[in-house]
Amino acid sequence: MSKPDPHAPPTIHSVNDQISSIVLTTRTPRGWYFGLAIGFVLLNVMLLSIGVLLLKGVGIWGINTPVGWGFAIVNFVWWIGIGHAGTLISAILLLFRQEWRTSINRFAEAMTLFAVACAGIFPLLHVGRPWYAYWLFPYPNTMDLWPQFRSPLLWDVFAVSTYATVSLMFWYVGLIPDLATLRDRTKSRFAQIAYGFLAMGWRGSARHWKRYQDAYLLLAGIATPLVVSVHTIVSFDFAVAQVPGWHATIFPPYFVAGAIFSGFAMVLTLAIPLRYAYNLHPFVTDKHLDNMAKVMLAAGLIVAYGYVFENFSAWYSNHTADLEMIENRLFGPYAWSFWSLMLCNILVPQLLWSRAVRKNPYMLFFISIVINIGMWLERFVIVVTSLHHDYLPSSWGMYYPTKWDWGLYIGTMGLFASLLFIFIRILPMISIFEMRELVHENHDNHETEAP
Amino acid sequence: MSDPLRYGLLAEFEDAESLVHAAHEITERGYCHVDAYSPFPVHHLAEALGFHRSRMALVVLVGAICGLIGGYGMQYWMAAVDYPLNIGGRPAHSWPAFIPVTFELTILAAALSAVLGMLALNGLPRPHHPLFAIDAFKRANQDGFVLCIESTDPMFDEGKVRELLRDLHAKEVWDVPADA
Repeated sequence: MSKPDPHAPPTIHSVNDQISSIVLTTRTPRGWYFGLAIGFVLLNVMLLSIGVLLLKGVGIWGINTPVGWGFAIVNFVWWIGIGHAGTLISAILLLFRQEWRTSINRFAEAMTLFAVACAGIFPLLHVGRPWYAYWLFPYPNTMDLWPQFRSPLLWDVFAVSTYATVSLMFWYVGLIPDLATLRDRTKSRFAQIAYGFLAMGWRGSARHWKRYQDAYLLLAGIATPLVVSVHTIVSFDFAVAQVPGWHATIFPPYFVAGAIFSGFAMVLTLAIPLRYAYNLHPFVTDKHLDNMAKVMLAAGLIVAYGYVFENFSAWYSNHTADLEMIENRLFGPYAWSFWSLMLCNILVPQLLWSRAVRKNPYMLFFISIVINIGMWLERFVIVVTSLHHDYLPSSWGMYYPTKWDWGLYIGTMGLFASLLFIFIRILPMISIFEMRELVHENHDNHETEAP
Repeated sequence: MSDPLRYGLLAEFEDAESLVHAAHEITERGYCHVDAYSPFPVHHLAEALGFHRSRMALVVLVGAICGLIGGYGMQYWMAAVDYPLNIGGRPAHSWPAFIPVTFELTILAAALSAVLGMLALNGLPRPHHPLFAIDAFKRANQDGFVLCIESTDPMFDEGKVRELLRDLHAKEVWDVPADA
């Protein structure tokens, strides 16, 4: 078999062959084993961190009385924010008929799902006795108690579990026709049964397609307000409380923009190496990277506005605690985190104004990593600098993460990486049927489609 | 005329356009137990078969309304009726605080009804189907554009159907046996 030219425009056959062969090949690339091995090692760091935590309790973390939230909430918000780009790409861009989304929506959705899985671990463990976490759900119980529906923390439970469920369904529905393609292409009996089971007998009937498309469009329409609501509710966890630095009306839009910012950064962080490793240049073109960089730049500017307005409204309030909060953030013991945040999230992304930078995958990769770090720092600044310096000077304190905080955080990256590597090995990372549709529409003008 | 040994006649067409044309012609002549299969959603194909409205929007609307009423009603009953807590004299029926959960449950119920409704109306999951017996049908999920006139159609007559499919420039025609 001759190797296809990686830069030739795709045809319906090359779409079928190239995308499904990544999954159906018997020769797994060595890089894949290498990547999964790293992910698996880190996954075990996570399991170890959770094991020790369950044995000893949350005392092994750095959390203390003024700073009760610490890494657990910083990482929760970071992960859940990353997830948002997946839904944004698959739902909002679908509604706006942005066809370029087709190449990236599948793995962006997978990224959402895995990021939400990582996010969910943190509040679950942070409750202290995770085996009682089901108490958060309203179920008839012998204690005759119901959850407190007036608490943003409970809203969060509903928002995040709805988000996880809807993301999973959206992803799975998108996969059904592709699973049928894999079922019909594979030679292996086991794969035929496995994909056949998951494809649920999909036949590509015209009536099925019509219901499918209507349902998919409706799901996109439902997922769009959902994704906005999820990070809005996450921001309520802070904004509804009265802690200086949290009690601000800018929080919901600023959190949603931050989520999009970090999510697109993560999509780029994943797309650039994947495109290189699997020769996906015909599908994920420089134009795609350019578009994502532009969305990132726009979201970054909204986030920058959020930082300015946050400090402005604290200053304008002329409230002692708020003024103290600003001074402490800018020049206090955690000033390093604030200034690094400004560097990562405001200064560096301005490079994206340059077309040459947006066309350069190396630069984009670098900037996306910087933004990922910046968005993590943002949540660190919000959680830690606000809590450690509250209204009451007698209860001021410092927060230092322990090795178990770091272990769990790095460990969830292992969970994320392991899930992602398994996903790209067993499921098509680009939607085959949507790609076929796109190729068909593009070829309508000139009927010169050669196999 | 129904034939117990035959599911129908399956024909493959050159491309999406000729499949839509064939579907349209066949439906025009009065055949009604016909379905077309394509590797991606083809514009106007379902309409050519006389299938105009999927009614998915109605299913989702009903789901959303159930989620809305169920979500709000649950919170009202739990927080204001079954276990009202008097905290500083604040009202038990504090409706603004119930909005976020109501919203999320509306979304959840709407999404569940979209997915489960689509699968149920499509008759999925259906692990086996007579068409899967034809090897060429595998191409319907890759690059083939096929159409099946089912033997349950009141107008089904093998000779006439074969002739019609030939007239419509079908590339090849297969006899699909019924399930044993």
